[in-house]
Amino acid sequence: MKILAKPEVCIGCHLCEVWCAVSHSRSKDIIKAFLHEKEKPSPRICVEDRVPLSFAIQCRNCDEPECVAACISGAIYKDIDGIVKHDPEKCVGCYSCIMACPFGSIRKDLNSYKVVKCDLCNGDPQCVKKCPNNALVIIESEEECETGLGGEGQ
Amino acid sequence: MNKFDVVIIGNSAGGIGCLETLRTLDKDSKIALISDEKYRTYSRALIPYYLDGKIDFDKMYYRPPDFYEKMGVEPILGRRVAEIDYNDKIIEFDDGEKIAFEKILLSTGGNPFIPPIEGIDKRNIFTFVKMDDVLGIKNSLQAAERAVVLGGGVIGLMVAEVLKNKGLEVIVVELADRVLAPVVDETTSKLVEDVFKENGVKIITNNTIKKVIGKDQVEAVLLNDGTEIPADILVVGIGVTPRIELAKDKLETNRGIIVNKKMQTSVADVYACGDCVELFDFLFEGSRSLPLWPIAYAGGRIAAYNMCGIEREYTHAMAMNAMHFFGLYIINAGLNVLGDGRNENGDIEYDILSRFNGEKRTYRKIILKEGRIVGIILAGEVDRAGIILNLMRNRINVNSFKESLLEPDFGYVDIPEDIRWELLRDDIVLGTVFEQ
Repeated sequence: MKILAKPEVCIGCHLCEVWCAVSHSRSKDIIKAFLHEKEKPSPRICVEDRVPLSFAIQCRNCDEPECVAACISGAIYKDIDGIVKHDPEKCVGCYSCIMACPFGSIRKDLNSYKVVKCDLCNGDPQCVKKCPNNALVIIESEEECETGLGGEGQ
Repeated sequence: MNKFDVVIIGNSAGGIGCLETLRTLDKDSKIALISDEKYRTYSRALIPYYLDGKIDFDKMYYRPPDFYEKMGVEPILGRRVAEIDYNDKIIEFDDGEKIAFEKILLSTGGNPFIPPIEGIDKRNIFTFVKMDDVLGIKNSLQAAERAVVLGGGVIGLMVAEVLKNKGLEVIVVELADRVLAPVVDETTSKLVEDVFKENGVKIITNNTIKKVIGKDQVEAVLLNDGTEIPADILVVGIGVTPRIELAKDKLETNRGIIVNKKMQTSVADVYACGDCVELFDFLFEGSRSLPLWPIAYAGGRIAAYNMCGIEREYTHAMAMNAMHFFGLYIINAGLNVLGDGRNENGDIEYDILSRFNGEKRTYRKIILKEGRIVGIILAGEVDRAGIILNLMRNRINVNSFKESLLEPDFGYVDIPEDIRWELLRDDIVLGTVFEQ
């Protein structure tokens, strides 16, 4: 499973970042997460924008992940389903993955010295669900990705 | 005699990179993994983090306990290879046992370099390369109050920070006129020296240890200029020398084992990667030693492909470091060009862009050659640094947008459209050898 971004319909609202952060918060509630939780939630998706262009970038679960090669602790690994996972318990915050990721998709956790990355919300990505303009879509197989980021270019 | 399709010598990044890639290509081959250390795969890069108390001992392991079983590999640990016959493809252990192989990877790493200093064989002198060193230093730390670290490179400085955090009085002795001299430029060295000073670590440059003083164990060190510094422990962190004893006089070697872009040595079916080799650095435009974790792992990956008959070349190896000292984060990659980029004749060879903010302690430096990025240093703000490394690997001409590289929020949005979508295509795998 991969997430495909469609820059031609992205309106740059950053709601994917907001909901990504919420879905990785303690309460999973948008008000509580931003107002009351001690740890401010960190988004794992990044909307790049320079008006009028905008698009979202997140982990693409590369075939040969540079982050897995660079990770000194073994916190980042590719699991049997091809998903690149990050185990915060093992992460030491060396930022080798920030150096290695070609897409800038591994970011510092706002609450600790460790990093965070997209975990596909265990199969139910909230960024896709909450995007108001369908600028993010899920693709299950390679054949489906014809346009957009994560596919064959534009 | 037991026979294996592939034997991997070395149980760290290079060996594991090769093993994991082999298993994505072929589930059935018979593979053995040999190491002279008895521990299962651990990460020596984590040693400072462990000593600092940031992680427990069990987090030193790089892969889960059932890793060898899952990989279907036979671990041969705590045993030393005496000799390898590369023509008859036989490995002999020091106890006389022999095994045969079809293909072999040498990922034997490096030995810590110990300079020939009088008295360097005393107790309480440590290097930072093997698990046993760590266990030794951990025991000695409890009684120690004063430490001297020889070497102001990445490892030396990381150790110095840890020892300081442990409450020791720490002095770093560096031969060059500044710390991290081969790795970064003067501006970055100054930033690093400042944070060490502020945190109470003394750095002595232009000097080195002439003699270690003490009865059985280190009591003081005598510097070249005659200064004597009392010390309870001495850490030697001035780098590693490639471990090539199994290759010497049999394979082509220089300081390290010579490999081509396919990670092949001078003898057929013999591959090598990691700290023990000299490999092609595409920005340096020649072969050199790049004793870095990601390079070792990626080298193992390339070796695995070629072992399986899929031609791949490591076309994009370059120097790279992610480091942090007392909260100052630095990422650098590629060539470290000093000065204003002019060569000996005074002609401009490199175009250097930089932005320094002394107050915020941020620094960005981009070194260009003929429009392509050949070196970067980011200090203080390292977010999304990998995007710049991707431009480097893909040799993108950045002239039309080079100023934006100095912005902390630089991203794909700043790259012209045609290049941007080309780079954001999925699964760009570099180094594929196509039929001519």
